[in-house]
Amino acid sequence: MRSLFDRSHSGTGAWTVTDLTAYIRDLFEVDLRLRDLEVAGEISNFTEARSGHLYFTLKDVGAQIRCVMWRRAAGELPSLPADGDAVVVRGRVSVYEAGGTYQLYADWIEPAGQGDLAAAFESLKARLGELGLFESEHKQPIPRLPGKLGIVTSADAAALRDILSVLERRWPLVKVLVAPSLVQGAEAPGQLIRALQWLDGRHDIDTIIIARGGGSLEDLWAFNDEGLARAIFAARHPVIVGVGHETDFTIADFVADVRAPTPSAAAELAVPNSAELMSLLTANRRELTKRMVGQLDAKWNRLDRAVRTLAHLSPRRSLDSGRQRADALLARLEQLFERQLDDRRHRLSLAQARLEAVNPRATLARGYAIVRLASGDLVRSRRQVGPGDDLTVEVSDGKFGVEVINGGTNSAEEKS
Amino acid sequence: MSEKSVEELGFEQALEELEQTVRELEAGDLSLEASLDLYRRGQALADRCQHILNEATLQVEQLTADGEIVELGGD
Repeated sequence: MRSLFDRSHSGTGAWTVTDLTAYIRDLFEVDLRLRDLEVAGEISNFTEARSGHLYFTLKDVGAQIRCVMWRRAAGELPSLPADGDAVVVRGRVSVYEAGGTYQLYADWIEPAGQGDLAAAFESLKARLGELGLFESEHKQPIPRLPGKLGIVTSADAAALRDILSVLERRWPLVKVLVAPSLVQGAEAPGQLIRALQWLDGRHDIDTIIIARGGGSLEDLWAFNDEGLARAIFAARHPVIVGVGHETDFTIADFVADVRAPTPSAAAELAVPNSAELMSLLTANRRELTKRMVGQLDAKWNRLDRAVRTLAHLSPRRSLDSGRQRADALLARLEQLFERQLDDRRHRLSLAQARLEAVNPRATLARGYAIVRLASGDLVRSRRQVGPGDDLTVEVSDGKFGVEVINGGTNSAEEKS
Repeated sequence: MSEKSVEELGFEQALEELEQTVRELEAGDLSLEASLDLYRRGQALADRCQHILNEATLQVEQLTADGEIVELGGD
């Protein structure tokens, strides 16, 4: 109020542009409401200047307002907004004298309506996802037997102790280089990035672990930093991220070559288990022995075959076989002999039966008799006997003697 | 196969050679003497690996605020 009159009465009566603009700016700045307010709108014409300052326009259906966010404030944002984002911007309204415009000087930007970190997380995740930072084709394999691990974490937190004790137990052969960093707060992302890049620039490192113990969503927010995500993506060495607990997911997890649910798990994924290695060794030993035994078996078999072939070819074998053939022939001969004997016996008994059939004794049974002289000759004619001759009569069941009483022509008749 | 003395080998080298030895023995077209030599070397390699594992202790270094690297005492 003072200036208008003061200035109008001084000099020529015309204002300088600078004076007028300063006057207008004063009007803005004395208004308490404009000093600290929240404006909802949609972001457009978003640009991030090389200086780190952000410039954009906030608009709705009826109007728009130019906005600026200085680098320092922008550094506090969990993620940068993008064109089309519905946001709530907090700040003050003032005049940019050199441009002759009034604008909103933003201190903080958050997604409209939700006001929570999850939405910012989702939008950054979606954006980096679209850029391909999470693609599996960019994931590097973790070396099986690392010589040296680089670890980015808070130097005196439980996470580091957990990691070291897992390494000590599983794979004490590995060397460890710790690059300490803040792991929460506004400065954490920058420190994490520097520590990561320092380790990544070394040549004696095989795998890098970025770790932090559990905490609230806000505590873990540093790991949702876009710059950190890009640094992890750009790292030459494979990076394992183990932040928070099983259920915590950060942008760093998605862009990591391997995501571990916890710091301990990150350590487990970084090195082999010496117990497993021991059993691998045992398996190798067993395999070695098995192969050796197999070789020996094979050699024995060859030897055995050779010995048998040799035996096959020796004269002893033909001798043996001659003997065997003789034995067989002999047996066969005996068999034949036996059979012929049987044959003979059979024929003999047949002949005997036939002989029986012509036996004169059968005739005797029918009542005939055989009469013999004392000499034993058969009596076939009366002329062979004369009275007084003793004869033997044979019937079916035996013999008896008889004397000729009359008849006959022997001697007497011939004499007379 | 590089016939380095087993004692000079690091864990990984020894393990790799052990696995290679098993494969060679597996292939099996070797003289008995060569097989036995391989077998003995394989066992020596396994011994070496086991020895290294048993003797190992974790070495931890840390970057200080001054940009120096210091060894952390094993706690």
